[in-house]
Amino acid sequence: MIMATTMLKALNKSLHDALSDDEKVILLGEDIGTLGGVFRVTDGLKAEFGEHRVVDTPLAESGIVGTAIGLAYRGYRPVVEIQFDGFTYPAFDQLVSQLAKLHYRSRGRVKMPVTVRIPYGGGIGSPEHHSESPEAYFAHTAGLRVFAPSSVEDAYAMLRQAITCDDPVIFFEPKRRYHEKTDVQLGEVHPDASPKAKVLREGKDVTVVGYGPTTYTLSEAALAAEDEGISLEVIDLRSLDPLDMDTIAQSVQHTGKLVVVHEASRTAGLGAEICAEITERCFDYLEHAPLRVTGFDIPYPPSRLESHHLPDLDRVMHAVDTVMNHHEATEGAAK
Amino acid sequence: MSTQHMDVAAGCLPTHQLLNVDGKRIPDEELDHHLKELKEADLADFLRDMIVLRRMDNEATALQRQGQLGLWAPLLGQEAAQIGSVRATENDDFIFPSYREHGVAWARGVQAEDLLSVWRGAQASGWDPNEVNIACQQIVIGSQALHAAGYGMGIKFDGGKQVSVAYFGDGATSQGDVNEAMIFAASYQAPVLFFCQNNQWAISEPVALQSRTQIADRAHGFGLKTWRVDGNDILAVYAATKAALAHARHGLGPTFIEAVTYRMGSHTTADDPTRYRKAEQLEEWKAKDPIDRLVKYLHELGADVQSYQQRAENAADDMAAKLRAAITSMEDPQAEELFTNVYAEEHEPTQRSAKQYLDYLADFEGGE
Repeated sequence: MIMATTMLKALNKSLHDALSDDEKVILLGEDIGTLGGVFRVTDGLKAEFGEHRVVDTPLAESGIVGTAIGLAYRGYRPVVEIQFDGFTYPAFDQLVSQLAKLHYRSRGRVKMPVTVRIPYGGGIGSPEHHSESPEAYFAHTAGLRVFAPSSVEDAYAMLRQAITCDDPVIFFEPKRRYHEKTDVQLGEVHPDASPKAKVLREGKDVTVVGYGPTTYTLSEAALAAEDEGISLEVIDLRSLDPLDMDTIAQSVQHTGKLVVVHEASRTAGLGAEICAEITERCFDYLEHAPLRVTGFDIPYPPSRLESHHLPDLDRVMHAVDTVMNHHEATEGAAK
Repeated sequence: MSTQHMDVAAGCLPTHQLLNVDGKRIPDEELDHHLKELKEADLADFLRDMIVLRRMDNEATALQRQGQLGLWAPLLGQEAAQIGSVRATENDDFIFPSYREHGVAWARGVQAEDLLSVWRGAQASGWDPNEVNIACQQIVIGSQALHAAGYGMGIKFDGGKQVSVAYFGDGATSQGDVNEAMIFAASYQAPVLFFCQNNQWAISEPVALQSRTQIADRAHGFGLKTWRVDGNDILAVYAATKAALAHARHGLGPTFIEAVTYRMGSHTTADDPTRYRKAEQLEEWKAKDPIDRLVKYLHELGADVQSYQQRAENAADDMAAKLRAAITSMEDPQAEELFTNVYAEEHEPTQRSAKQYLDYLADFEGGE
């Protein structure tokens, strides 16, 4: 059945189907039960599956992730919700020293099939700590997988994949796209556990790479570039760990130019890693230095300033023009 | 005492002591009935456990001094707290230890050489958690308390009869995770025992820096049924642990035990306690030694103590010889081990790194 649906509904159905399919799946988080979550991702699930499957927790993020680890020791497959990106940090030890490393520390005897859902990113006019993009911390941490779907269909399928995966997955949900509607057929789960990057649009001049909240901007840029006679190849990473470098490298080998876009800060971000790796792999193919279009190296600004901070169509196009040598490259052109 | 300026206030809870320092049995109305199944043979086993454990601990310290181990965290003085508590558990009660619970792991059947291999740096874990029902040891202070709370929530949700047990020290009670763990366990009335060995010192910091009230009183404030016991009195530790486990198995929720003991050795072999505590304090606690106390009690009972001690010493000798031989001949792991078990499922970048590095190593070997 094909019908218009939102990412919120897709995530809700994904959790619903996971709870139905496996009695060891258990949801934990603040306000996820009776209220259905502050974004309503878990709406109706407690009523259907009961308070021992959809668990309202005390307000303690380390406690939520730490008890999920204990539940995984007991054989459960927990899915936890961190209410907002900026509230992830109280759980940092449990995420990077415990969850990420227990499979290694136990020499493979203890599996940690825990999914940590984090609504992330800006653009919704929120107060501080509600618009952050902390994905690089987790991509940097061995033992974690990091998923960042951008579409309604991926939101459904990748969450199912995350929950069935025997490794811990940090699952970043682009909250400003929660309400976008798409005509999709839900329930077609791709069987591969680690989603590959997807070429959203083929092109020949410049490879532009993004994920989550920014892919919409990249598709807009492709249309704008077309008007200028430039052909963009748009890649949605989907998984930030593992990173599918092969797909990016194949693209750069025929375009010779790369622009990487993310909301997260620039220094030591995913863009830095991708540009470095592509430079190593495709040095002889590159016609211009790879560029990054990112959030600035600042704390997330007050929301009346966020439009400057978030990569938008103009900044992406400026970078595209720079790698095409359509204007003089200036200091900070990509910023 | 260096701690005189920092005293812990008198507590609201009594400190249960069933054996005084002279080995005399003190009746305890609340806890005595938990000892009724203990026979003299069980006490002799406790004695053997503690003697073998102390030998293992001494042997490990010596092996570290000889360069065979990278580090060791001695448990000297805490034998009764560890053996008394673990011997009260059922084998399917799941334990979440810190890094000093060598006695707990050993009592559950982990071989001494496997325990020490981790401190040698030869492997990441000395046991299979699913085989001995003990989680990986935890070096980040207090993090394991939350895992115990979560495991207990799981028992509660799936209707199991086991109890989840968290071991930690006095220093850990300052950690947010331990406090959050008590909150979660209390909220869901999960079958969790929080077992705190208050050994008076968190490296150089006295317990009064962690808590100006008795630790047991704080647990009480979370709504946990709590006991404070003399941690060098193996009968008090055993009886209180039995009481706590029974409480949990009856569906009455989480419990807390503060076992008041003393870290007679250093924090680790890298530590020098003479920099922060007085020799007199150590002497005071030597008089409360948990092994001596049980020996005195066995004499009181008219047992053939000498034969029990002889049996224990023989077991300790055997263990020590086997341990030393195993550790000194233990081979280093292969480079492949670096990349093994980072992920449970296929992870292409890790596999690529492994191949690149192992090919690089092979190039050297081939070039010789």
